[in-house]
Amino acid sequence: MSWTADEMMTVAAARALRGGTRCFVGIGLPSTAANLARRTHAPDLVLVYESGTIGAKPDRLPLSIGDGVLAETADAVVGVPEMFNYWLQPGRIDVGFLGAAQLDRFGNINTTVIGDDYADPRVRLPGAGGAPEIAASCREVIVVVRQSRRTFVDRVDFVTSVGHGSGPGDRARLGLRGGGPALVITDLGVLEPDPCDRELVLTHLHPGVTPEQAVAATGWALRLAPAVSTTEAPRPAELAALRALTGSAEDKETT
Amino acid sequence: MIVTLAEAVAELVHDGDTVALEGFTHLIPVAAGHEIIRQGRRGLTLVRMTPDIVYDQLIGAGCARKLVFSWAGNPGVGSLHRFRDAVQHAWPGPLEIEEHSHAGMANRYVAGASGLPFAVLRGYTGTDLPRHTATIAPITCPFTGETLTAVPALNPDVGIVHAQRADRRGNVQYWGITGVHKEVVLASARSLVTVEEVVDELTPVPGAVVLPAWAVTRVAHVPGGSHPSYAMGFSDRDNDYYQRWDAISRDRAEFGRWLEGLTS
Repeated sequence: MSWTADEMMTVAAARALRGGTRCFVGIGLPSTAANLARRTHAPDLVLVYESGTIGAKPDRLPLSIGDGVLAETADAVVGVPEMFNYWLQPGRIDVGFLGAAQLDRFGNINTTVIGDDYADPRVRLPGAGGAPEIAASCREVIVVVRQSRRTFVDRVDFVTSVGHGSGPGDRARLGLRGGGPALVITDLGVLEPDPCDRELVLTHLHPGVTPEQAVAATGWALRLAPAVSTTEAPRPAELAALRALTGSAEDKETT
Repeated sequence: MIVTLAEAVAELVHDGDTVALEGFTHLIPVAAGHEIIRQGRRGLTLVRMTPDIVYDQLIGAGCARKLVFSWAGNPGVGSLHRFRDAVQHAWPGPLEIEEHSHAGMANRYVAGASGLPFAVLRGYTGTDLPRHTATIAPITCPFTGETLTAVPALNPDVGIVHAQRADRRGNVQYWGITGVHKEVVLASARSLVTVEEVVDELTPVPGAVVLPAWAVTRVAHVPGGSHPSYAMGFSDRDNDYYQRWDAISRDRAEFGRWLEGLTS
């Protein structure tokens, strides 16, 4: 059974979520992966969306974080101030699952502007949304993002959400309570922060991807872990569940 | 109390006002936004956590001078092209922005609804937002000495939301994803709620919010007034429309034709 790089990424991201944990889910790739995890190995994963739905169990992939199917299937629906003040801020959520427009070697995220001039940006992006406080308060953060030189930059143009700042001790100095990015999962492999200097290093490559490809797709001098593992290829059950979720063409061909 | 949408907008929304049309994916008062465009309001400061299609339309139509927000996008689809065009190319005019996070905006409304000058949260630390937004400031806890973040109250001139129903006296009931509906109505000097239906008596609904008539300035009966967003129990989100908007909004001429269709 063949699969695309995006499918490998989504499956790898889903596997990173463990059952029973409470996961604050961003829309797009993180939402697809979180819903896949709930349909495969982690049926009791608690999906939390910033629209106020806690424990959503959608039977189809929502297009937006506030789709009706999330509210109809949730354990609780709360107002947005309550979501941020009562549920996120005190550290009740285990995992923050985020995307990024730009990401640097310390896992700092930009979703605000591309270009050096905030007032006159090259590209105006949507902005912060819930991400700064998700990145600050969840016990750990997992970033799901396609890897390219445009995205993986030496320095983000704007720090929307703090990763590991500029290195060890920064999060504590800033008073951020969560642990910060623990995993960055891409279409090429997986990066994890070095325990000593907190710089993201490549720890896994997806099947068929070479270290050179990952280095070429990274805008900083990417370091490789002493032993880079190969991610397990998507299993047929994982692919079938993913394709049923996204309604992709591959599904129609294989069923 | 219960008036037509055109009457409500004519009475409540004036040029230069600070106006919040809120709705977190659900119950967005889109028809009210269209009426503001039709009545040709100018120089508005638009406030909203998640400006989406209706704000793209208001900005493209030249109603706005400033945007106060935390996430401006077409949810689930991508960028807001009229918003982008205004920020990047000052078209149809320059758009000043005041940018926050969701947590900051939500707390600003809470402070506004609570009659307090500011709110306190753990937020923004280490991000670049405080460097560009004057309404984010550090504050020291008087009890622990800890440094936190203060954001000033938001008190719009007009707060507008959509809801499922009202009774004939103007008591409003809504349920589902409730966003910051209550906060924006209570924080605003004047408020308008557009509703799917007007009934003799409100039937109790588990989890529903009721805003008493005396807390709301005007109610307008506008069935389907949240389209393409949705009103739980009445309509589904029109995801195709959100996807179609991308093409309409990318091109100034295409947007112009859409606008002509709305106002003619």
